[in-house]
Amino acid sequence: MQIGLFHFLFVSCALFFIGVYGFLTRRNLITMLMSIELILNSVNINFVAFNKFLFADKLDGIFFTLFIITIAAAEAAVAIAIIINLYRNYKTIDVEDVNTMKY
Amino acid sequence: MDARTIIFYLLAATVIGGGLMAVTSRKIFRSAVFLLFSLIGIAGFYFFLDQEFIAAVQVVVYVGGIVVLILFSIFLTHGSGEDMKKPALGRAVFSALAAAIGCVLTMYLISEHTFQGSGKPALEPSAGNIGAQMLSVTEYGFILPFEVVSMLLLAAMIGCIVIAIKVKVPEQKVMPKIKEETEPVELEVVEELKTEEV
Repeated sequence: MQIGLFHFLFVSCALFFIGVYGFLTRRNLITMLMSIELILNSVNINFVAFNKFLFADKLDGIFFTLFIITIAAAEAAVAIAIIINLYRNYKTIDVEDVNTMKY
Repeated sequence: MDARTIIFYLLAATVIGGGLMAVTSRKIFRSAVFLLFSLIGIAGFYFFLDQEFIAAVQVVVYVGGIVVLILFSIFLTHGSGEDMKKPALGRAVFSALAAAIGCVLTMYLISEHTFQGSGKPALEPSAGNIGAQMLSVTEYGFILPFEVVSMLLLAAMIGCIVIAIKVKVPEQKVMPKIKEETEPVELEVVEELKTEEV
């Protein structure tokens, strides 16, 4: 069977829900950030696969992928700045222990 | 079964296996390394799809930038070799159920759907074509999102510096009376935190 669009869609679907599982179970801010990276990457696979197999005459999927990669980089940088600041103040990065703003 | 199929399944195993280990490993350092393998597998997917530019960007930004950033923040915030806490059993079971049901449902919907492409001749996704269309100001150019994203990057850079900068508390300049007033308040807050933890 020729490798087609559906193969890539299935892989990205599995990767997306692996990321969702990690986001729901992990309580550590850095590992939650890693789960978000997995989710964003699965979206990127989808965009590139659709661009390649369905709309090869355009480049829109590639542009969306590039913008998502850029935004993910900015998001990771800001998140890590917040995490390091949090660690400096609380000596922990577990979401259960940092609940000053909860009530 | 030709070589292309075998390569695809190898890449898929790398991506999904790496992702699974990244979200389940109890050692956070190993988790980051498995994430690295998963991201390299995704770059392999882009090479597989003949999108060399995206693959290069993926390797440079994710593998060279984000994973290194994550590794540095792990070094800064974790003692070496400590295991993370196991997730509570109930939460792990329900999360796994939610993810599995969502995955099966989405895969079923995908397999039922027929996608219709444009069927027009392919445009080569070379860096020249990408750059020409991204920086074009004509009707289908992407110059506006390009500029917006550059503003976003600038804002993120300034934001990172503002958040992570170590503020020197200007205690020397403040009059001694105020200094005496502020310190007990901080101590009380710390004590409250400790009691809540217990």
